[in-house]
Amino acid sequence: MSETFLLDGEDIPFEPGQTVMQAALAAGHYIPHLCYHPEFKPHGSCKVCTVKIAGRYATSCTAPAQAGLDVASDTDEVNELRRTLVQMLFAEGNHFCPSCEKSGNCVLQALGYDLGVMTAGFRHLFPDRPVDASHPDILLDFNRCILCELCVRASCEVDGKCVFALAGRGITKHLIVNAESGRLADTEVELTDKALAVCPVGAILIKRQGFAVPIGERRYDLSPISAQALADAPRPPSGSQPCPSCEDEA
Amino acid sequence: MAFDLETAEHPEKLRRVAIEPVSRVEGHGKVTLLLDEDNHIRQARLHIVEFRGFEKFVQGRPYWEIPVMVQRLCGICPVSHHLAACKALDQVVGATRVTPTADKLRRLMHYGQILQSHALHFFHLASPDLLFGFDSDLGKRNIVGVIAEYPDLARQGVLLRKYGQEVIRVTAGKRVHGTGSVPGGVNKNLSRAERDALLKDAYQIIAWSRDAVHLVQRLFEQNLALYNEFGSFRAHTLNLVRADGAMDLYHGGLRARTSDGKTLFDHVDYNNYWDHIYEEVKPWSYMKFPYFRELGPDLGWYRVGPLTRVSQCDFIPTPLADKERQTFLAYDGGRPAAATLGTHWARMIEMLHSAEMIKDLLHDDDVLGDDLVTTGERQGRGVGVIEAPRGTLIHHYRVDENDQVIRANLIVSTTHNNQAMNEAIRAVARKHLDGHELTEGLLNHIEVAIRAFDPCLSCATHAMGKMPLRVELIDAEGREVDRLVRSGDGSCA
Repeated sequence: MSETFLLDGEDIPFEPGQTVMQAALAAGHYIPHLCYHPEFKPHGSCKVCTVKIAGRYATSCTAPAQAGLDVASDTDEVNELRRTLVQMLFAEGNHFCPSCEKSGNCVLQALGYDLGVMTAGFRHLFPDRPVDASHPDILLDFNRCILCELCVRASCEVDGKCVFALAGRGITKHLIVNAESGRLADTEVELTDKALAVCPVGAILIKRQGFAVPIGERRYDLSPISAQALADAPRPPSGSQPCPSCEDEA
Repeated sequence: MAFDLETAEHPEKLRRVAIEPVSRVEGHGKVTLLLDEDNHIRQARLHIVEFRGFEKFVQGRPYWEIPVMVQRLCGICPVSHHLAACKALDQVVGATRVTPTADKLRRLMHYGQILQSHALHFFHLASPDLLFGFDSDLGKRNIVGVIAEYPDLARQGVLLRKYGQEVIRVTAGKRVHGTGSVPGGVNKNLSRAERDALLKDAYQIIAWSRDAVHLVQRLFEQNLALYNEFGSFRAHTLNLVRADGAMDLYHGGLRARTSDGKTLFDHVDYNNYWDHIYEEVKPWSYMKFPYFRELGPDLGWYRVGPLTRVSQCDFIPTPLADKERQTFLAYDGGRPAAATLGTHWARMIEMLHSAEMIKDLLHDDDVLGDDLVTTGERQGRGVGVIEAPRGTLIHHYRVDENDQVIRANLIVSTTHNNQAMNEAIRAVARKHLDGHELTEGLLNHIEVAIRAFDPCLSCATHAMGKMPLRVELIDAEGREVDRLVRSGDGSCA
């Protein structure tokens, strides 16, 4: 029998090597998250998955599961922190959901709804970020980048190209592409790259496909992000439909 | 050249009366009047003092985002901007002809828009003035007063609008600011269940729309002399017509006629609209003044909208609406068809036409089809023109090889009507305000004239039933000599 830890008062079983996030999702408990993706190594940068472990804050996507931990996640205090983090992301970029083609399919927007973000909460910075439309089939809209580095990880680890990277520090940190010209058209990026598919917001877009899916059929029109994260979570094989990630691990 | 009452010779010697806000034209507008010592009007201007900037901030955005972005220009007729932009961008993606399913679904969305917007304007915004009188009890002159005194009528108004909104919802995905139309076509069709649900009420909607036409006719009969002259003026006209001269609110060629009925141009391909339409800038308003190039800025201003469309089309291609059009044009020697308040009558005829069109389109199985989008040879420029609820709407874009919009020009209905609305308030000022002490009821006469053109201007007034209004009389030395304030609760002090 596997060992367990406590999450919001419930016993969560885990396998050695799992993080708190992985064990919680596998057990059917949602912890809000943004830069965590089950197919990539934990990153711990967005801090939205913050939980309180023995009175201290920790990112659940990087905290190793250990027997006897007492983890608080779905509490007013922690959810308020998460809301603030998401509000800061909205205020820091130019996220105009009403005219964004990612609306309804956007992880940031879905997370905002899930956490009950009703206002931006902060003065918008309205950064001036030109769009890179140089590539014939791919649009790079820096206005919506949240610096989650999923594209950076996917491009290096899966695509083997390292097209994307982050440059600068602190408030000046920004996404760049791996070309002397700085233009996406001069990189090796292709439509089939994992880096495109993994972008959680409307920063990396396939051109001329916006608004093709009608309202009511978009990803988060169908069910909230919490339900979908649980459905997508890698779990030990059970029944006849083991998840792909679990098969890889096996 | 300045028009009569546009610019007074010695404004420094005159008292200034500002009605601010009149209400919103997709934002904010005001009227200023300059009066001499005997309360004679020397200058009257409708100013649009807001700056929207859409033409600028769509620059650099990918073209497929534009139809969703620009519809935020308006909360009342977003579908019109959505579709005008899509028609322009159809040309950019080379969709010279969209599929029958796309064409009919867009038309369905558009007629739903016309129906709901016209119902909103007439029942919610304009009817309190018309049913109770322009200077009637302020406490009653609002939609709540209409509900109390005419409950069945108010209910019909609400349900007519609701039906139009429902047509928009099933075609665009949302009642306001949907995404149904995309460059080259649409992103959804109608399910049989959606079609059947709409059809169930379609005939009731037609019946109520016809009742509304007859209601305006009765209002004219009761106040014929006032309604015929109120805020009226002669104007050239501009509208879209179908190739056979029929009213077509979705697509057609441009028709322009002079105020004496001569045809200036007809069935003109709107792709070259600038061969005929220029825009002039005046220092006292953010809204430009369009004019016919052939006639120049002094004589070439014109009027768009329901009154123009109903009076200038050769026929309406639905039977009930066309019968009402003929009655309208023949009534009292045609005077209502030239009157500013005749716009209300024409608007209800268009609402009836829209209801009939919705019924016909719902009976067409093409709206259930699956062939939604088409493309062709890419173009760098696109122009889309549509007849929005308040008049002709022009969207014009240039798109570069990277799919980014590099230039946009939007001439919206209210802009076309800019000089016409100024003429209307000047006509009212001359006839009804000149030489009188100001009262709330007299000021409302100005707003009644504006409301005939543009429901956006009046929405803050009657939707709430109590538009805050402050009028100050200031003498030549800048001293306040009189003040009239209507507060948010409708009371005057």
